[in-house]
Amino acid sequence: MSSTTEQTGYAGRPRQRDGFVGWITTTDHKKIGVMYFITVLVFFALGGIESGFIRWQLAQAEQNVLTEEIYNQFFTMHGITMVFLVVMPLSAAFFNYLIPLMIGARDVAFPRLNAFSYWVYLFGGIFLYSSFALGGAPNGSWVGYAPLSTDAVSNMAFYAVGLNILGVSSLAAAVNFIVTILNMRAPGMTFMRMPVFVWMALVTNFLLLFALPIIAVALFMLNVDAVFGGQFFEPATGGDPILYQHLFWLFGHPEVYIMILPAMGIISEILPVNSRKPLFGYAAVVFAGAAIGFIGFGVWAHHMFTSAIGPVARSAFALSTMFIAVPTGIKIFNWVFTMWGGKLRFNTPMLFSIGFVSMFTIGGLSGVTHAIVPHNAQQHDTYYVVAHFHYVLFGGALFGLIAGIYFWFPKVTGKMMDEKLGKWHFWTWLAGFNLTFGPMHMSGLLGQPRRTAVLPGELGSTVELYNLLSSLGFVVLFGSALVFLYNLIDSTRNGEASGDDPWDARTLEWITPSPTPFENFHVVPTITHRDEFWHRKYAEDEAGRAIPVPAGAAEDPDAGAEHDEHIHMPDPSYWPLVQTLGFFPFGYGLVYGNFLLIGLGLAWLVIGMYGWIIEPVAEGDDDEPDDAEQVAPTATAGAH
Amino acid sequence: MATDVATTTLGIDHRKLGMWTFLGSEFLFFGAFVSAYLLYLDTTAGGPGVEIFDIPFTSISSFVLLMSSLTMVLAHHAHTKGDLRRMRLWILATAGQGAVFLGGQVFEFNVFFREGLELSTSPFATSFYILTGFHGLHVFVGILLLGSLYVLSLTGKIKANQDVKTEMIGLYWHFVDIIWVVIFTVVYLIPEIAVLD
Repeated sequence: MSSTTEQTGYAGRPRQRDGFVGWITTTDHKKIGVMYFITVLVFFALGGIESGFIRWQLAQAEQNVLTEEIYNQFFTMHGITMVFLVVMPLSAAFFNYLIPLMIGARDVAFPRLNAFSYWVYLFGGIFLYSSFALGGAPNGSWVGYAPLSTDAVSNMAFYAVGLNILGVSSLAAAVNFIVTILNMRAPGMTFMRMPVFVWMALVTNFLLLFALPIIAVALFMLNVDAVFGGQFFEPATGGDPILYQHLFWLFGHPEVYIMILPAMGIISEILPVNSRKPLFGYAAVVFAGAAIGFIGFGVWAHHMFTSAIGPVARSAFALSTMFIAVPTGIKIFNWVFTMWGGKLRFNTPMLFSIGFVSMFTIGGLSGVTHAIVPHNAQQHDTYYVVAHFHYVLFGGALFGLIAGIYFWFPKVTGKMMDEKLGKWHFWTWLAGFNLTFGPMHMSGLLGQPRRTAVLPGELGSTVELYNLLSSLGFVVLFGSALVFLYNLIDSTRNGEASGDDPWDARTLEWITPSPTPFENFHVVPTITHRDEFWHRKYAEDEAGRAIPVPAGAAEDPDAGAEHDEHIHMPDPSYWPLVQTLGFFPFGYGLVYGNFLLIGLGLAWLVIGMYGWIIEPVAEGDDDEPDDAEQVAPTATAGAH
Repeated sequence: MATDVATTTLGIDHRKLGMWTFLGSEFLFFGAFVSAYLLYLDTTAGGPGVEIFDIPFTSISSFVLLMSSLTMVLAHHAHTKGDLRRMRLWILATAGQGAVFLGGQVFEFNVFFREGLELSTSPFATSFYILTGFHGLHVFVGILLLGSLYVLSLTGKIKANQDVKTEMIGLYWHFVDIIWVVIFTVVYLIPEIAVLD
């Protein structure tokens, strides 16, 4: 069917690829990645401001800058924001931009679903934050333990519904990225030739795929209990709050690896490039990542050692928790040995990567102490735990992701970020981070409880001093973040031109011009090596030293290739945006128990889905044109 | 966006692989609800428990649902032969059987409700209604999908050579059936036997 005639009319497809309409209708994985990134910056600012108020309140003992109610809302929203609206979507930004480029594809498997994921993420975030204007934000901490969270005094219905909406986004993205990685690799890109970042992305998305349904169930149970009179966690009728804890942490612990594995993948790309060596023990890093993915589902109850789970469960989970430190340790050794004997370049991405390895190691070590049950019971709900997870999530995940921002900024914009400001950013960030979270180890060991609005004066002047230091650390971090933001904005406009390959990099994404052209690759490359781009640029002499390939192979990989191939790129579409707006009535309906709104939202989503299905495509029929005599069905049948 | 399966790395259509991936996630979704139900089997708070299940009735509706998998296979088979007319016939039969099952569930819920098993009666009641209700919702979505398949094959959006679309919805439908086999066994049969003992 020729559908050019269908272009006009209600279901016509947008054709504009730039300007405002171009952005909101885009299905281009690169633009969606950039949109994720910019949205993350906004939410990061919000989460940072919330943490600023927390540190202001705790700067001195017995202070009342915020009421206890507002304090509870701020620390809850800080946690939710940083986990679900900053670290996870920032990883998604990298997945979007890099996965297709690294595996030699022109887009993801389902481009419109990709846009759908982004809009659901944005609207889910707006939905969560709208709670501030609608009677108060969630105030029962990011874990949302029942029955507190089903109680009328908590605003946790917004938490349950908002996080479920965000879960839809992540689940759709997980399916999309898994199919993309499994099914869209360039010829010759075998599993063991994939960049480590792609491997870690694959593991992360499988973790998402299997962990998200569990939290969806837990959150839905909360929702039913809080709004519709369910009894899942109601102790009065025999409901068991421990069930919620199990379900939450069965998601919550894999979630930890969902946040850290992408950062591990990023630094596994940056360290080899800036050490001028291949990654040490590629296979070990890959298998350690996969092992973390498996074992990550078997350690959740170490978050519940002080709950009634019994000594057998405690011992078993203590052992598995110690065991999961092994693959993590393997990775740390591999990174260290990658740098060992390399020609190191200490540019900003490298500094942040080294910062990741060292800070994450500290966080990992304090993590292993939690495996010891008596120690864990002692530290439970103290600032020691806060220190630990900030070392792995801030010192770990965020350092790695920021390294990635500096490293791939030239790929996205064609410009370099300012090195001098970058180094200022790194050193102030490192100092501010350690000043903020280092003292929390001590104040926690001295007994300072988490999630307590007022710092009790009876803990003594030492704890007060540690808290003052933490609050000063926040000021340093805030200044550092401003440097970063300035650098980011200024470099976008006035940055030095980077050229196509500023780092002399190893992986496939740098084979294309920077900034990346719309179709990614003029000709899809055929892969013959791990670190394909490196091998196109360098050969080895007899002593095993790298020597540049003399011919201009590095200059223009597409030279000499025929360009007669018609490149078919996905069309833009309004429908992902239009459809996802339906989550607003649906979500508010679930929060307020209003079946009319729920029905309206569901109808909207279904109608949006039909618009999506029947909208025409700009050129020919996207799936299996009628006229081309089909080989596809037979091939499908053969693939059973 | 090359949907030509010959160009995919694994030789499987993206959409089919995507459906398989999604269904992997669905298993854990139902798994979590089933565990909650098992935990609360005896937590009836003085209200009705598993003894109110009408096994013969639910067996019949379960049988209808399982048979719908057969017609689904026949629909896909017809589509692989390019026979859209027969495909539509079997799709209609499948959706009809799904509707019979759903009707049975609505009837059953009504009976239980009148016998005093309300959503807020007990953790047992909540977990029973939510688990089987979610399954019912999946059947309903399946019927919507089948209906769309029917209509879109009439409008020409789904063509005779695009049997992967029927296959994909078939995968979903079989999943919904398989999950019902688990739910029927775990929710209805095993507790009933335990009560009789």
